[in-house]
Amino acid sequence: MAALTREETEALIQEVLEVYPEKAKKDRAKHLMVNDKELESSKKCITSNRKSLPGVMTMRGCAYAGSKGVLWGPIKDVISISHGPIGCGQYSRAGRRNYYIGTSGVDSFCEMNFTSDFQEKDIVFGGDKKLAKLINEIEGLFPLNKGISIQSECPVGLIGDDIEAVAKKAAKELNKPVVPVRCEGFRGVSQSLGHHIANDSVRDWIITNRDGHPFEKTPYDVAILGDYNVGGDAWASRILLEEMGLRVVAQWSGDGTLAEMENTPFVKLNLLHCYRSMNYISRYMEEKYNIPWIEYNFFGPSKIKESLRKIASFFDDKIKEGAERVIEKYTPSMEAVIAKYKPRLQGKKVMLYVGGLRPRHTVGAYEDLGMEVVGAGYEFAHNDDYDRTIKEMGDATLIYDDVTGYEFEEFVKAIKPDLIGSGIKEKYVFHKMGVPFRQLHSWDYSGPYHGYDGFAVFARDMDMTLNNPCWNMMQTPWQEKPAKSLLKDPLLKAA
Amino acid sequence: MANIMIRKSDKGYVFYMPKRDIEDSITSMEFDTPEKWGGEIKLGNGGAYYIEPQVAPERLPYSVRARRIDGVE
Repeated sequence: MAALTREETEALIQEVLEVYPEKAKKDRAKHLMVNDKELESSKKCITSNRKSLPGVMTMRGCAYAGSKGVLWGPIKDVISISHGPIGCGQYSRAGRRNYYIGTSGVDSFCEMNFTSDFQEKDIVFGGDKKLAKLINEIEGLFPLNKGISIQSECPVGLIGDDIEAVAKKAAKELNKPVVPVRCEGFRGVSQSLGHHIANDSVRDWIITNRDGHPFEKTPYDVAILGDYNVGGDAWASRILLEEMGLRVVAQWSGDGTLAEMENTPFVKLNLLHCYRSMNYISRYMEEKYNIPWIEYNFFGPSKIKESLRKIASFFDDKIKEGAERVIEKYTPSMEAVIAKYKPRLQGKKVMLYVGGLRPRHTVGAYEDLGMEVVGAGYEFAHNDDYDRTIKEMGDATLIYDDVTGYEFEEFVKAIKPDLIGSGIKEKYVFHKMGVPFRQLHSWDYSGPYHGYDGFAVFARDMDMTLNNPCWNMMQTPWQEKPAKSLLKDPLLKAA
Repeated sequence: MANIMIRKSDKGYVFYMPKRDIEDSITSMEFDTPEKWGGEIKLGNGGAYYIEPQVAPERLPYSVRARRIDGVE
């Protein structure tokens, strides 16, 4: 049961669009839809992956954020240089809480900011020399790095520096991969193109490095793709896969290493969690190395069960039994979690607005807790993501693409969800409106949320947020009805 | 002309264009025999593309050049 009927939701969209000028209204109307489960394709109902309108408040990032922040940043033994002015690197430094095992500054470099710190003279005379010098300095100071990636910021593309030449020369000198990534922020409409560019750079510079090298294979080798280990997510997923008898060769890219990535072409099956950011490389490996890939979803026990069985279906009976064993082992503890939290969360309505995957992936986890997702939207999804979302969401729910700050607030005011899941940019707006809020990008300093262990944390966090007593104290004192007149107060009279 | 990738799913051929991230089912292919493969392909979204008829690829997925005849981008 959706919060509103189909007609009411359609009326709400029209009402919200009313304030825009004619042209903007026409454009934004294409990005909003009322869900209809019967639809096969989202194409006719929603437009996605288009440039945001000038003048509206969008929550999107840039191509650099997609490449450095998402894909390259979490690889722990690769040093990612933010090539350009200092800010981009500083503000994308470990912000996504991609956990890793290692010693920062010795063999792991996720939390550090390496940048060429462009000044005016670098713009005028070019930054290639500085970059070459920087790479040498890095090699001297951090000899345990396994490779270097150069993440271009906007000016590098604008002035036309030849970072590829510098990278090739440095790679020869250092005898390590040095990967130039052309992820200037102005490319594309959102971080999505940055993922694509980063995938392509891995394809061109990393993935074929060990072709023909010896590798001890087992029939149960898999790789986890598109899990960035936010708050330890990939670890919570990995233990389940290992428990069912699979061997996880690589983690892309949370807590991942360069060697793991280079070994990925030897696996039997690629497991793809974040479809939006890593389907490109999966498709490439499917064509070149004949490795099939599947999407899986480790949010909430129902989806985990489904996914474990789906993964096991690619292997022999030993793994299939393993999957059943794992499901059986965790079922009692999951039932206990649901028994504890479901009564406190039953029937609550959730609205989501996250990146490119979680609005549909977390639906199952919320449903396991008896909650209902009444609105969902993506920052940078493409139409194939919406095709998948339509099936997950209930009828007559609201779907919004690249929602603007204004629209999101108005939707929340009308739909009145009990919980919102989105990012840090939205968090305090909704806190001030008195709506419980969880960050679904970084798990609000908590996590993991993937896997069976993660679901227990997920359920606790949702309860902790939703049933927090502070939400009953939102009314300001001057809005409260006065309990008694001040003039009648005996103490005041005495004074 | 654009590079596309054709893969096989349990429901038949799937069309994928990396540059624009368009994924769709192929509803019909003009020639689909081991000796002659390709020709005009029709997509689930109403688009149509043309692949130079050729010997069928040994295994899928397979990247190939295709020309847009008609339809949705």
